[in-house]
Order: sequence, then C-alpha cells, then structure tokens
Amino acid sequence: MIKLKQTKGFWLSILFAFVLFTIVQVVISSAMINFYFVNMILTMGIYIILAVSLHLIIGITGQFSIGHAGFLAVGAYTSAVFTMKLGQPLLIGLIAGGLAAAMAGMLIGIPSLRLKGDYLAIATLGFGEIVRITFFNIDYIGGPSGMMVSQLTTWPWVFGCMLLTILVIRNFTNSTHGRACISVREDEIAADAMGINTTYYKVVAFLIGSFFAGVGGALWAHNFYIIQPSQFGFLKSFDILIFVVLGGLGSMSGAVIAAILLTLVSMLLTEYPETRMIIYSLILIFTMLYRPRGLLGTKEVTSLFTNRRNKKGGPKDGNRHTVA
Amino acid sequence: MEIIQQLVNGISLGSIYALIALGYTMVYGIVKLINFAHGDVFMVGSFVGFYSITFLHLSFFPALILSMVACAVFGVLIERIAYKPLRNATRIAALITAIGVSLLIENGMIFFRGAQLEAYPNDILPTNKIDILGVTVESKSLLILGVSVALMIILQFVVHKTKIGKAMRAVSHDAEAAKLMGINVDNTISATFAIGSSLAGAAGVIFGTYYYKIEPLMGVIPGLKAFVAAVLGGIGIIPGAMVGGLLLGVIESLVSAAGGSLWRDGVAFIVLILILIFMPQGIFGKNKREKV
Repeated sequence: MIKLKQTKGFWLSILFAFVLFTIVQVVISSAMINFYFVNMILTMGIYIILAVSLHLIIGITGQFSIGHAGFLAVGAYTSAVFTMKLGQPLLIGLIAGGLAAAMAGMLIGIPSLRLKGDYLAIATLGFGEIVRITFFNIDYIGGPSGMMVSQLTTWPWVFGCMLLTILVIRNFTNSTHGRACISVREDEIAADAMGINTTYYKVVAFLIGSFFAGVGGALWAHNFYIIQPSQFGFLKSFDILIFVVLGGLGSMSGAVIAAILLTLVSMLLTEYPETRMIIYSLILIFTMLYRPRGLLGTKEVTSLFTNRRNKKGGPKDGNRHTVA
Repeated sequence: MEIIQQLVNGISLGSIYALIALGYTMVYGIVKLINFAHGDVFMVGSFVGFYSITFLHLSFFPALILSMVACAVFGVLIERIAYKPLRNATRIAALITAIGVSLLIENGMIFFRGAQLEAYPNDILPTNKIDILGVTVESKSLLILGVSVALMIILQFVVHKTKIGKAMRAVSHDAEAAKLMGINVDNTISATFAIGSSLAGAAGVIFGTYYYKIEPLMGVIPGLKAFVAAVLGGIGIIPGAMVGGLLLGVIESLVSAAGGSLWRDGVAFIVLILILIFMPQGIFGKNKREKV
C-alpha cells in the first residue's frame, strides 16, 4: 500500500514537472518574455542543479565543501573544449564535463577521508583555487582571457539535466547508500562502528555531487558565451553554498527553493553587485544566528503533505537531526 | 646571489603572513573557529594606516599604532556581535557565519568607498640600499622585518608573562575549568580577538608600505595564505604560526624565482593539501587522539 502511494507520488511529481516544462517552453517559444527573462530561467535551472549537487555533499553526507566552483570550472572548461575545439555535440560535452568533474571530485574526495569539518572546508577551498590557477595558466584554453563558447544551452537541456539531477540525488538519498551517507553526517564514528564504510560513502557523495556540478558547469559554459577562470573563484562557491545553507542543510527542496528565490533577488540587483553581496552575507549571518538549520531544516516540502496523512503514526522518517 | 635576494624577499613576505597567521592561530586555539574575517581585518588595518598617513599626515609608527588600535576595536566588535551568540553552535554554523562576516566587511568597504585601488605614498620609510656581503637589501625590508619580529616578541611576552596571557592559555586549554577557576572567559576571548586583530592591522600597514597598492579585496588571498601558514606550523600554536608564515613566504619566493611566478598563488594551497594529508597536526603540533 505504502509502496503504491510512493510510486503514485513519484509519477505525480513527474507529471507536474512535465506540465511545468511545457508551460515554460510555450512561454519561451511564443516569445512572450524577452531574452533577459529567458536567460534568468536558464540561470535558475543551472543554479538548481548546482545547489542540489552541493546538497548531496553538505546536506546529506555532512562534508563541508566550499570548493564547488572548482567542479563547476572543470565541467565548464572540459565541455567547452569538447564542443568548441573538438567539434562534438552538446550532449558529449555535457557527459564529458560531468565525468571530468567527477574525476576531480574523486581526487579531492580521497584526501577528504582524513580531514573533517573546517579542515576539509579549507582543503576544498584550496582545491577550488588550485583549479582556477591551473586554468589561468593553460594557454590552450585561453589562459586568463578565457574562452569563447557558442550559446547552445536551451530550456529543454537545462530542464532535462535538472530533472535528472533531482531524480538521481533524491533516489540516491532514499536508497541504502543514501541512508549510509546520512549516518556519516549524523555521527561518523558511530557509523563506522556500525560497519558502514564511511570512506567509501564520502567518496561516492563527492563523486556524484561533482558529476552533476560538472554537468551544471557545462550548461553554464554554453549559456554565457565566454568562460574565464576569474568567474570560478571563491565567490562562486559561496553563491552555491548559500543556497544550501539558506534552504536548510539536508533539505533538497529547501535548496531548490533557495536557489530560485536568490536567483530572483540577484537578478533584481544585477546593477548593484555590492548591495547583492551585502544582502547575501547578511542572510548568511542571520540564518546562522537565528535559524542555524536553514529555512526547512532537514525537512522536505513534500513531507508537509505526508505528515498530515500519517498523523496517526507520526512522521515516518524522524527527520529531526541536526547537521554536524 | 639571486637566490639570497629571493630569500630576503621571501622572509619579508613571510613576516607579513606570520603576523596575520598569529591572529588565526590564537583565535583557533581559544574558540576553535577559523576566523575567515581575519583577512578583512588586515585589509581594514591597511586602509586605516593609509588614511592616517595621507589625511592625518602621521609618520609610519604612529600610523601603525593607530591602525593596531582601530583593528583591535574592530576585532572585538566582530567577536561580540557575530561570534559570541554562536559559541555553543556547531562549528559549521560558526564557520558559515565567519564567511558571511568576511563578505560583509569586503562588500561594505566597496559599498562605502568603491572598489578602486589606493597607493601608499612611497616616502614613508627611507629607501636606502644596504650592501650585506654582496647582497643588496632595501633598508625598508629590514625595518619591516624588525617591526614584525618586535611585535612577535611582545606577543610572546604578553602570552607567557602577563595575567591576561595566562588566562588565554588557560581558556584555550579548557574553557570550562578556566571558568570554574574564576577566569572571565568572555573577556579573555575578546582580548584574544583584540590582540590577533591588532597584529593583523599592523600587518596591513606593513603590507601597504612594502607593496604600495591596497584595495578592498586585498585581504582575501593573504588571509587564506596566512591560514595555510597557521596550519603549516600547527594550528593553535603561536611559534608555529611564526615559523609557518616565514616558511610559506620563502617557499613562495623560491617558486617565483624558479620561474613559476604565475603559479605562486597555487603553491600555498598545494602546500596546504600536502600538509593536511601527510602531517595534519603541523610542524609543531602534537597528535591528538579522537575521543568518542
């Protein structure tokens, strides 16, 4: 019975997604909105991909990574090389970007086995900087002046990747492996004692998270005409981090909602970049001071409905944890 | 002789890193927080120094002291407003707040005065060239090195010989026990922030007189590198920060000398990752056993 309900919910959300897709597609192709808004929707989709991928690493597995822009950069440059220099179609570029970023994720994931908390944060930050400086010094991809990329990203691509990211990460979270990742987040030593291979799950989380960050990077590269190493600095990592933190560490829907809201805010404030950053930093500080678990905590938007239905038994998965 | 020249440059740069790293390491030692805003305190110190030299027409030493005082006050304000409410929160929450404070200071600075560069006047310190055993050394770098070393000696004196230093060591050892012994933990933590921030302010003025150019985002990279220096020496250990800073400065200069000047910024982070993998306790650190 529960199984049936779950699949029903799943197909309902897929249906909802396709309705959303069609509406936006119709709006875009009927030229009802101008280029600026189309671009905003695409950016939003890319940010959702990035936010959800970082959510897997920070929110689910509890590994505080602030070098996400590094994976983004790897994906962006790899895909751009594939499409612009080797003349491959966008699909190949997306896959290559994702795989390259996943490789980078594994590279940073393996040392992360030995590091915890703030040390890991600094190591990932350092990794992001190393990636940026490396791209800065490679002449083949334009060095500091960057690389011209033709605009290939369209709404169907963004939507497809977004849906895939959300589905894969949602299903991963609900699988045995995802539960193992959550146990690593809750208490690594206890998880270890229960026979969970914490190292393995941390690397898997990095691998999957960075793969989708790379896909996001590939879409990013083909949306903005030009990519430069300076775009992928610490501030970009921070932009993605704030989605996850504000939405609630451990809540995917929270990350998605935060990505949508903050993209809107930053689009409204494009002409005042300092004001935008001041608002972002204040949001970050006040979230931590007054609601350290973010807007939704570890809850999902969908659990608002299921909780009501299961009133008798209480919440099925006592999502009352805190993130380390 | 080229190598020795580079070594001298490296030591000058390293002493700036060391001064910033001291603040990181002291704060980490006492509240276990990576104070990301520390690099921005360094930036603010540099600007205070700049304005006191250009507008108040102070000479180097009064400007240095003014900047140190201003930064000490600023550091305490940051601690009281942003970090104190989070003292019992998770470390990740504190870290995120620190990142937020750092961005707030940077962008607040840009908001109020714009992002343009400023240049320190180049006649603050005499620029004689001194010949030591065939190596030409600017008198300025010697003076800067002297100031840094003097500040470090004063710090050692404060930490080991005064009452507040004793309190600081006690709190970093065990805050609960220190509280039971009648030590005012809040004031001690504030004092730590004040001392660390004033050293960063001094580093800011020294940086300005040595490299001339200052801007609102100048604190980010030196701040991160100083953190690397603190980790290199063993975080929480004061002599470790000094040695780590000097070592990092020398490594960077040697890499530039070897022709990798474009890679200079990357080296610090490679050093960091290597240190974290092979020697996470740092040069002076002791291995700690994890308690369940």
